[in-house]
Amino acid sequence: MINLETPEYLANLRSSMNNLAKGVLRPVARKYDEAEHEYPKELDLFRGMQIMGRPKKKKEGAANDSGNGKPKKGINLSTVATIEEMCWGDAGLLLSIPNAGLGNAAIAAVATDEQLERFGGKWAAMAITEPGSGSDSGSITTTAVLDGDEWVLNGEKIFVTCADRCDAVVVWATVDRKAGKSGIKSFIVEKGTPGFRLEHLEHKLGIRASDTGTFVLDNCRIPKNNILGSAEVKQDTEGFKGVMKTFDNTRPMVASMATGIARAALDFLREKMEESGIPLDYEKNPENASALQKEFHMMEAQLEAMRLLVWRAAWMADNEEFNNVEASMAKAKAGRCGTLITQKCCELLGPLGFSRKELAEKWMRDSKIMDIFEGTGQIQHLIIARNVLEMSSKELK
Amino acid sequence: MICFSLSEEQTVMKETAAKLIQNCIRDNAHEMDEKGHIPAEYLTKFYELGTVPSMIPEEYGGYGMGHSPVMNSIILEELAFGDMGFAIASTLPALFVLPVLEMGTDQQKERLLPLFAQNPQECGTLGLNEPRFRYDPMELQSSAVRKNGSYVLNGEKCFVPMAQSAKHFLIAAAEEGKNGLYIVDRENPGLSVDEREKNLGLGTLENYRVRLENCEIPAEDKLGGEAGCDFGRLLQYTRTALAAIGTGVARASYEYARNYARERIQFGEPIASRQSISFMIAEMAYEVDAMRLMTWKSASALEAGKDAKRDSYLAKIYAGEMAMKITDYGVQVLGGHGYIREHPVERYYRNGRGIAILEGMAAV
Repeated sequence: MINLETPEYLANLRSSMNNLAKGVLRPVARKYDEAEHEYPKELDLFRGMQIMGRPKKKKEGAANDSGNGKPKKGINLSTVATIEEMCWGDAGLLLSIPNAGLGNAAIAAVATDEQLERFGGKWAAMAITEPGSGSDSGSITTTAVLDGDEWVLNGEKIFVTCADRCDAVVVWATVDRKAGKSGIKSFIVEKGTPGFRLEHLEHKLGIRASDTGTFVLDNCRIPKNNILGSAEVKQDTEGFKGVMKTFDNTRPMVASMATGIARAALDFLREKMEESGIPLDYEKNPENASALQKEFHMMEAQLEAMRLLVWRAAWMADNEEFNNVEASMAKAKAGRCGTLITQKCCELLGPLGFSRKELAEKWMRDSKIMDIFEGTGQIQHLIIARNVLEMSSKELK
Repeated sequence: MICFSLSEEQTVMKETAAKLIQNCIRDNAHEMDEKGHIPAEYLTKFYELGTVPSMIPEEYGGYGMGHSPVMNSIILEELAFGDMGFAIASTLPALFVLPVLEMGTDQQKERLLPLFAQNPQECGTLGLNEPRFRYDPMELQSSAVRKNGSYVLNGEKCFVPMAQSAKHFLIAAAEEGKNGLYIVDRENPGLSVDEREKNLGLGTLENYRVRLENCEIPAEDKLGGEAGCDFGRLLQYTRTALAAIGTGVARASYEYARNYARERIQFGEPIASRQSISFMIAEMAYEVDAMRLMTWKSASALEAGKDAKRDSYLAKIYAGEMAMKITDYGVQVLGGHGYIREHPVERYYRNGRGIAILEGMAAV
């Protein structure tokens, strides 16, 4: 039965996570925006805490299953709600929380028990993008060749989040370039492995607290059983699709990050409006309100829409419904609207929106990445369009 | 617990409404809009579903099934997917019944509710909007002045649905700056129904201007009695309803444009194979969903008996904005053909403009 009232457990979770964000992240948000690449030691507090929560084993996820066909109180919805609050605190810092990398998500999703034993406790980053392979992740050229009991990896990976701070990296490489997408596999490469070098760290527009870097793999040899999933190259692209499925879970998370940042900007604007005695009314005809009031209300409405699309996608994942298109909808909407809201807030804040004394300008810079990483807004639109139009990637390029 | 999927009961009602629309409205909407008329048998078909008697308690002759804003939102979207005017017309009795049921005195309920419980075609309507620049439902110019044992109403109302056939009116007016609703009978000599209005959209719906000139009613016909009614609550119900209707109109435009884009061949391939078109389709798809979720969020709060002032306001302004944007895209995807009245997207475009402007024309 449709019921979009926020349940009490979620309201409580949001409020406690907001306190955490307010107490721990917000106070150092500016500090690590300026001290780019410096490890935010305040985040040691989060070691061992399950923030970007996902069950270590599949069975754990079933613990909340009420088993009577009723909606489940699942981990995906709790996670996106947590992420929104943390990003209200600071998005760059959330991305730097130890042991909560994208690589950890990939390991949690497909690792064998033996791999989970070896790598479960490590901070794992994810390396997909290459200088010549961005949105077209099926075109990667990093190679993995089996030589006896070892894989030999060669190539270059860019835009790796947590590049400096992680303990290991999940690297996408092809075992058979002729096989195209079905030849792409992922490998766990530990820091310190000979031939695995952190080449440099990037200087970015925003999320500067997050260390983004480039790795070079030069005849890097890793154990044979560091491959995630099967080494077999099948004729179809099911394997690649399986890897891409991880994104059905992570895209709502990124969309929730965008929601958190946009809300931070809106809350700040509201605070300033209230200080100036500008009332926010929710009954009168919006057409008679001032431009400032109307813009504010419209952004508030956009924010609600973003959050509801995110929560729906997460709720579907919790209830084991296929959410591929809904995940992309959440990401497409929140990525774009988060960008627009943070821009508009700066505009409406006037000089306060351009000054680095306030965080509004930072939120505008931070938010932009949300419409880019984990699949650009355009890629999300393609996924949605192909889905609703029932067209293949050949029919709709 | 939070839930994003329909219950079995909700699915059944949604499908029933969808079937009625498919059978009666979808293929006839163009003709209905051109002629400015909804055949009575179509309305009867909807009344036969018994949504109004269902929400009236048994003590007043109804089925006492309760009142579900979420269910009503689901139904309204389906009806508006067929035709916006039809959606408003078919749920019209509820627009009168709901405020009486929720905010009327016992005596008002005893007098009025049995009429609607027994005769599903009993026509009551509500006059809220005023035809003037800077109109605001919270700052009504229509006035109610207490005079001994009666109230005297003065003012002009527009977009009063089916006023010509209505027997009962709820007229929104301000008494010393406080908004209230006043029950006025059709026979009252102070109430006159002007000629039918001609509007940009809502062609199928009979809309009238209603004038109140020294319209005197007994004091006990002020809804809610001496204390008056919760006028803000009325707006919460009607704004949520307009949002649901906006979702239906936008979805109709989206689905038509989507299907057209797949079939229309230019440059040797379907126009949908171009991103300039398909990205519009994608945006339409998720904005329709967002509108619906906003509507359901507001309806969920209402259903839980909570204050939905903010939720209903945001759902309404979002629906107003997006209904216009999506129906605009709908015409644009069809290009020149979208401008020709044989295709429905131009009608959706005209109707879409109404979502932001109109207030108080349907209730959930």
